[in-house]
Amino acid sequence: MWTIAGEGIHPTDSKSATSSIPIADIKPPAKVVIPLSQHIGAPCDPLVKIGDIVKKYQKVGEAKGVVSSPVHSSVSGKVLAIGRFPHPSGNQSNSIVIESDGKDEAIDSLKENSDYLNLDPKTLKDIILEAGIVGMGGAAFPTHVKLNPPKEKKITAVILNGAECEPFLTSDDRLMVEKSREVIDGMKILMHIMGVRDGYVGIEDDKPGAIEAITKSASGTNIRVTSLEKKYPQGAEKQLIKSVTGKEVPSGGLPMDVGIIVQNVGTAVAVYNAVRYGIPLVDRIVTVTGNGINRRGNFNIPVGTLLEHVVTECGGLVGEPGKIIFGGPMMGIAQYSMLVPILKGTSGILVIPKGDVVLEDFRACIRCGRCVQACPIRLLPNMYSILGEAGKPKEAEQYYVFDCIECGCCTYVCPSRRPIVQQIRYIKAEMRKAKSKVA
Amino acid sequence: MAEAAAEQEEKKGRLEEPTPKLILTSSPHQISQDSIERIMWTVVLSLAPASLAGLYFFGWGAFYVLIVSVCSTMAAEAIYQKLSGERISVTDGSAAVTGLLLGLTLPPGSPWWLCVVGGFFAIIICKQLYGGLGFNPFNPALMARVFLLIAFPLQMTTWPVPRSFFSGIDAKTGATPLGDLQVARLTGKGIGKAAELNILDAFIGNIGGSIGEVSAIALLIGAAYLIYKQYITWHIPVSMIGTVMVFSGIFWMIDPSKYVNPVFHLFTGGLILGAFFMATDMVTCPVTLKGQLLFGFGCGLITVIIRIWGGYPEGVSFAIVLMNIVSPMIDRYIRPVRYGAVRVNNKKLAA
Repeated sequence: MWTIAGEGIHPTDSKSATSSIPIADIKPPAKVVIPLSQHIGAPCDPLVKIGDIVKKYQKVGEAKGVVSSPVHSSVSGKVLAIGRFPHPSGNQSNSIVIESDGKDEAIDSLKENSDYLNLDPKTLKDIILEAGIVGMGGAAFPTHVKLNPPKEKKITAVILNGAECEPFLTSDDRLMVEKSREVIDGMKILMHIMGVRDGYVGIEDDKPGAIEAITKSASGTNIRVTSLEKKYPQGAEKQLIKSVTGKEVPSGGLPMDVGIIVQNVGTAVAVYNAVRYGIPLVDRIVTVTGNGINRRGNFNIPVGTLLEHVVTECGGLVGEPGKIIFGGPMMGIAQYSMLVPILKGTSGILVIPKGDVVLEDFRACIRCGRCVQACPIRLLPNMYSILGEAGKPKEAEQYYVFDCIECGCCTYVCPSRRPIVQQIRYIKAEMRKAKSKVA
Repeated sequence: MAEAAAEQEEKKGRLEEPTPKLILTSSPHQISQDSIERIMWTVVLSLAPASLAGLYFFGWGAFYVLIVSVCSTMAAEAIYQKLSGERISVTDGSAAVTGLLLGLTLPPGSPWWLCVVGGFFAIIICKQLYGGLGFNPFNPALMARVFLLIAFPLQMTTWPVPRSFFSGIDAKTGATPLGDLQVARLTGKGIGKAAELNILDAFIGNIGGSIGEVSAIALLIGAAYLIYKQYITWHIPVSMIGTVMVFSGIFWMIDPSKYVNPVFHLFTGGLILGAFFMATDMVTCPVTLKGQLLFGFGCGLITVIIRIWGGYPEGVSFAIVLMNIVSPMIDRYIRPVRYGAVRVNNKKLAA
């Protein structure tokens, strides 16, 4: 059994509520809000003006700079506004508001290509860039950048991430079960681009259906399915690499330093759709779940659809909501408004009823060491917590705080209910501030 | 016209009160059920077999000592926190654990005031004055026991014979196996009566000693439960007991007429109680597993040294308290090798 040794946690996963519900479409929204920043890197420049008529798949925001990714309209209709609107990151962001005409008229220039594996890597990377594809596991790092490592980094393998270790989420699981052929075809494109022979799909062993489907679709190829122990955070990039290959990414380095590129399974499907059919990334599969929503399920949702619309289409809220999380409960972001849009990286919507939200005062660290044992990077979260509380961010430097991936294991296990991840974020922010002052 | 609509739309997004109001916190949004309360009260539960064994062997003399000790620590905590205006956290179970552990390390039939003095000393001097739970450098129960042993040596070394309560011969006192051993050693009689110790008696608890330390089987049942619940790990107990066994074994092999065998060391005195329930105290042991192995080794080593050459027959309490002092230093120098530490990769590159 492949796994991360020793570290990590086994949270209650609550996946069974949605894991057997097939992917469904929701009623198309009357209006979408498409943020110009849906990825790590520079925000896009808008390509349209207020009042413009746009078609579905039309590029409405142009990538700016090296690390950036364009955005496309997920509906056909009229540009209603361009300005700052609520963004799932907890802020506001420049966005394009498009009123749908309900016709979903696509642009004419979609380029189909069934002979895509004969295209050269450079052309394929350009297609991926133009399709606005970003990592769909949540971090939303532009895919074409990831596929473009410096020449001196020799890439030997591509790993597809189908671990989906976050509790509650089942969107990748359903995708692998229902679209295993597209996943594998997308993987072939990625492997062709990188010129590698070996490919792996890492899947946690609580998803036998996905393992079976992917194994079947991958038969006769160099793509192997690695069954991983169900353990959080098995699907974190560094942990996945360690579990699948036994290699550790050097501290401060990137997967490419050990010759690995990791992509999410959803990203592979998006790559396939872009290369095979010329379709840019304008929708994604989202798990809508939690005790606070009437109808749970896995839905194919256009990017830019407002949370409000999704909630309404899912039968509305049950009672009073406490938290609404974009992503999973371990690393997801709590939303402040019902008017935030679904992004390319939104893997789930988790509605926690007010009664289930526990807000306790945290207490002193009792030095139990549970966080130390749970930390998958083998750091000392107890020290971050103590130094963060004491307001001594500088002293955390000796404890390698920037190696922390903020997976939340430490906070999950803390019997004193200390907000360790929050304290770590405070330390990192303070240290970044201090560094930028020096520079 | 379009501009105005745009402005209106933007305003709506920016100003409209989010309905309904949502709670915002940093991730993670799901946490484990293992709170301080749950851990502490589970520790109390895990000490139930040892307490019941104590009651079985020592009767009333064990009963009131345990009750008075637990009441004293809980009262001390509540009174201190009330007077200092802190949040009263007596229900979190940590004071109960301290009280129960203190009671279990006292001789059966100890005077009631000894329990009260010990309980207040443990909570106020050894815990609250340092800042309360989490800040105490020493295991409060053990520190209190050590204090009582030095301050009231007579009361702390008066050992009733097990089951004397039931046989009606009250107040009959004897000695602990380790006490016998020390007397023999100091009077030049080798290991004296120690060779006659019935290991089965020691395993079940039918020997002299403090209330909670006599029954190895009862202690091991509770310890197994704690390990199963993952509230303690095997590292400290195995390392501590292993060290005692190895070192005492070496001396026993050198001269069995002068030194007792390691099994005797294992089942007498407070080794099992100390190794599983005292040395593993979360607050006062190192946080890393490697550090815990070293900590256990130190506890075992000091225990053997005191038992073989020391002025006291038993060394477990002193050993653990001494190692408590070292805990912060162990944590300072023994750290886990973090994922992807450059050192690891250099090795790989060289290979």
